[in-house]
Amino acid sequence: MRFIEPHAHMVSRTTDDYVDMATAGCVALCEPAFWAGFDRGSADGFRDYFRQLTEYEPRRAANYGIKHYTWLCINPKESEDMALAADVLSVIPEFMDCPNVLGIGEIGLNKNSRNELRVLEQHVDLAASHDHLILVHTPHLEDKHKGTRLILDVIKNDSRINPERVMIDHVEEHTIGMVLDAGHWGGMTLYPESKCSPARAIDMIERFGSDRLWWDAACDWGPSVPLAVPRTACEMRRRGHDEKLIEKVIFENPKQFLSQCERFQVDYT
Amino acid sequence: MAMTRQKVLDQYFMDARHKLIDVAAFLDRVERAEGDADFRLDAFKDAMKRLDGGGADRANDVLMAFSDPTEEPINKASGKGACGAWTGKVE
Repeated sequence: MRFIEPHAHMVSRTTDDYVDMATAGCVALCEPAFWAGFDRGSADGFRDYFRQLTEYEPRRAANYGIKHYTWLCINPKESEDMALAADVLSVIPEFMDCPNVLGIGEIGLNKNSRNELRVLEQHVDLAASHDHLILVHTPHLEDKHKGTRLILDVIKNDSRINPERVMIDHVEEHTIGMVLDAGHWGGMTLYPESKCSPARAIDMIERFGSDRLWWDAACDWGPSVPLAVPRTACEMRRRGHDEKLIEKVIFENPKQFLSQCERFQVDYT
Repeated sequence: MAMTRQKVLDQYFMDARHKLIDVAAFLDRVERAEGDADFRLDAFKDAMKRLDGGGADRANDVLMAFSDPTEEPINKASGKGACGAWTGKVE
């Protein structure tokens, strides 16, 4: 089995996790910029983080034969501070030419506030101005349905954005339909306590089809499982799905979306 | 490919049974405890009612029962986290 982990916060994981992922067949992973668990004090903190994502983490992954790609932004959890967001947005272009940067992400909303929306619009403008791919984080729990609708409106209002170049992550049963209907890709995040279980993720593939969908572990410093994608593939096999469909969901689909950025290359055959 | 109902039961009944008993025990635990509950318990009980409906969209219905139904962005994010149920207050 080979798979792409399209959303993993490896800066918060141990080297043992890289070993396990490589052993399970991970050939490439993508690491979106995210919240550190505390608010950074300045744009310089983000500059250091972006160096970690573009210099250090790719080397750590390469030790285990895994290609490492990344997405840059200020996470919506820190977007309430408009001044900090403006400073960070000015830093991002310094890193956009790094060879492992795929686009802008994970942008989006957290509590669906007006400032978060403004910073989201600024990120979308940055992506549209440079024709970057976009990876979107949708809010948690009770805020997800409303936030997803607000996010889709922001993207729809920018006519420069091709919907097929936007991945809306963390979809669940109440948001997957509107994301696919808008022409975007949808990501299902496999978490042990929230978001989506393996059984529900497979249910959604069975109900909505396998086009424009991927699974990810989003493994970070909270309860999360770096091997969630291959484990869900095993669960799909238990249901009797054929290997071709499984490979489509865990390898071909993320490859198709991510290859819209020419930097994304997986030479595994 | 779709599983037969028998296969779904074979594969998932024990897991669902286990989770349902956990829900029952959670409600018993809340009942035994002292003090007032908050909006989350009402939301939970309302969501449970969605399980009785027919059709095959219960997961969507339960998720919507916990969701903020308002449409306008809030004025300011007062914190980072989500608690799992809408407070019922327009912010």
